[in-house]
Amino acid sequence: MKIHEYQAKELFRKNGVAVPDGQVAFTVEEAKAVADRLGAYPVVVKAQIHAGGRGLGGGVKVAKTAEEFDSYANSILGMNLVTKQTGPGGKRVKKLLIEQGLNIAKELYLSILPDRATAKMIIMASEAGGMDIETVAEKTPEKIIKVYVDPNVGIQGYHLRTAAFGLNMPKATIKPFSVLLKNLYNLAVNYDCSLVEINPLIITAEDDVIALDGKMDFDDNALYRHPDVQEYRDLDEEDPTEVEAGTHGLNYIHLGEGGNVGNMVNGAGLAMATMDCIKYAGGKPVNFLDVGGGASAEQIENGFRILQSDENVKAILINIFGGILRCDRLANGVVQAAEKVGLRVPVIIRMEGTNLKEGRKILADSGLELINAKDLKDAAEKLQAAIQ
Amino acid sequence: MSILVNKKTKLLVQGITGKEGQFHARACIDYGTRVVAGVTPGKGGQKMDDVPVFNTVADAVKIAGANASMIFVPPPFAADAIMEAADAEVPLIVCITEGIPVMDMMRVKNYLKDKPVRLIGPNCPGIITPGECKIGIMPAAIHQPGKIGVVSRSGTLTYEAVHALTMTGLGQTTCIGIGGDPVNGTNFIDCLERFQADDATEGIVMIGEIGGDAEEKAADYIKATVTKPVVGFIAGLTAPPGRRMGHAGAIISGSSGTGQSKVAAMKANGIHVCENLAYLGDVCAETFK
Repeated sequence: MKIHEYQAKELFRKNGVAVPDGQVAFTVEEAKAVADRLGAYPVVVKAQIHAGGRGLGGGVKVAKTAEEFDSYANSILGMNLVTKQTGPGGKRVKKLLIEQGLNIAKELYLSILPDRATAKMIIMASEAGGMDIETVAEKTPEKIIKVYVDPNVGIQGYHLRTAAFGLNMPKATIKPFSVLLKNLYNLAVNYDCSLVEINPLIITAEDDVIALDGKMDFDDNALYRHPDVQEYRDLDEEDPTEVEAGTHGLNYIHLGEGGNVGNMVNGAGLAMATMDCIKYAGGKPVNFLDVGGGASAEQIENGFRILQSDENVKAILINIFGGILRCDRLANGVVQAAEKVGLRVPVIIRMEGTNLKEGRKILADSGLELINAKDLKDAAEKLQAAIQ
Repeated sequence: MSILVNKKTKLLVQGITGKEGQFHARACIDYGTRVVAGVTPGKGGQKMDDVPVFNTVADAVKIAGANASMIFVPPPFAADAIMEAADAEVPLIVCITEGIPVMDMMRVKNYLKDKPVRLIGPNCPGIITPGECKIGIMPAAIHQPGKIGVVSRSGTLTYEAVHALTMTGLGQTTCIGIGGDPVNGTNFIDCLERFQADDATEGIVMIGEIGGDAEEKAADYIKATVTKPVVGFIAGLTAPPGRRMGHAGAIISGSSGTGQSKVAAMKANGIHVCENLAYLGDVCAETFK
């Protein structure tokens, strides 16, 4: 799960990671009140959306005067912000973070995340702050310091020193940096973060070390033990179809623009492979949809309705390998769904595994125009014919 | 021959009195697996059908002689269950549970490092040696004793591969689902090493997906060490970056973990790559003929 910068900074502040003074605002009036409270310019206006690259897209501005501030707050709040992460459609800005401006002496990069290969937490730091870290990693990998921490041991002094000396921190900043890093590590571990990132982390002219930006992503599987983080969920930032599918217990992902084939599959791996099959058949998948091993007739009906409601969908491919989810149960679900919702586009069904014969009979006896495929090759050919 | 599990395997089931645990324990017994014990804390002394239930794994090992465990404990308690089995030195621990927090699995993985145990999973269908021993949730009927080893990160894709191998008459020696989580117990290389050493295994099917670099490392290992023919498949060539595709581990992060990179690594290392699942049976038949 992703959260906003202002929410991440709230958690930073509570956990001893220094951040600039500031506050979130939902209207221009609220924004002005925050600027008044801060009392001195420059003041920074930052668009709050769940995507990176906001600065380049025009969503972050530094106001040197009250007049500039009014103009920036008015133009950014409500704007459609397009960044390289939002896609061409952009994202409507509904909240602003208003912060004091600081005297930046140096920008650094700092992040903490679980490393799947070593099963350790990895601290990544770089003097090339404020830049896209992927680019730094690609062009100048020697500029990135990596420190591995065994989660069963926790962060030690030498981890902090390795990072501090590696970053060539000025002497006066080593202590505040070490405190910040230690607190940030514990925050990342205690909150089951899949990523904590500060880019840039700044050293000010006054030798303070402050998180100028803040990003936190959380492990969805661990949210049950973090009710405070669940409160941070912002449905405005999520795809409405995905939110709806989630309420039916369906794992649905919308794949972005240009798709023309909907699909419903059991199992995440098979769902991905089915998306790939659609591409080889000359189509473009609209979605990923895993109905899981124990899908009910009701879930199948909801999945089917969601797929058919997308007007770009020209055909639907249902691909089921029956194990625990038996073919007859799936077939019953599909027939029920088709009778209730109606068939708007050709529906091709490929089933294999447990109770295949019974499943095929249910489809054949239904009198519905469902296209039965004998195997995946046959399904691909029938799909190709349906979308041409 | 086979790897890791066979007729001699004596299985205990952690969470045997729960709905899932009971259902699948029975299916394993029906297949012929020797299920010697169950563990449900607080229900020691009871029986699930004819299987004695114990309060602790240590008791199940000491009294019933279990040498493998299958775990059906819900995610918040699964890490504890794995560590309990490891502490009792159960040599093979198969964790089916999906949805364990990554932080828990990192602690488990580091805890297991110095123990004489092997963990398969979590978030996996389990392991089966057809005709001998089934530990997991895979549909038994599609399997057939034979000569190909299967290792996979995905459950249903394992079934697809198994089905294709059965249809072509090749059959399977042992099939292992290593699971779809980012941090797991057994990796591709652990399985490849054993398949290479197993006389009955004549070829290997390896199924990967987007996320991480386990397939790239396995491809390097295959080139250096494996002399048997390997068919490879990667799911998620059309997956967008930055999205978790169902499995917690199936995510392209920045430019790493793409399907394209994995396919390229497999091709460069002599693996017979099948890019379209519809042709997996054909590629297996051709490669293993």
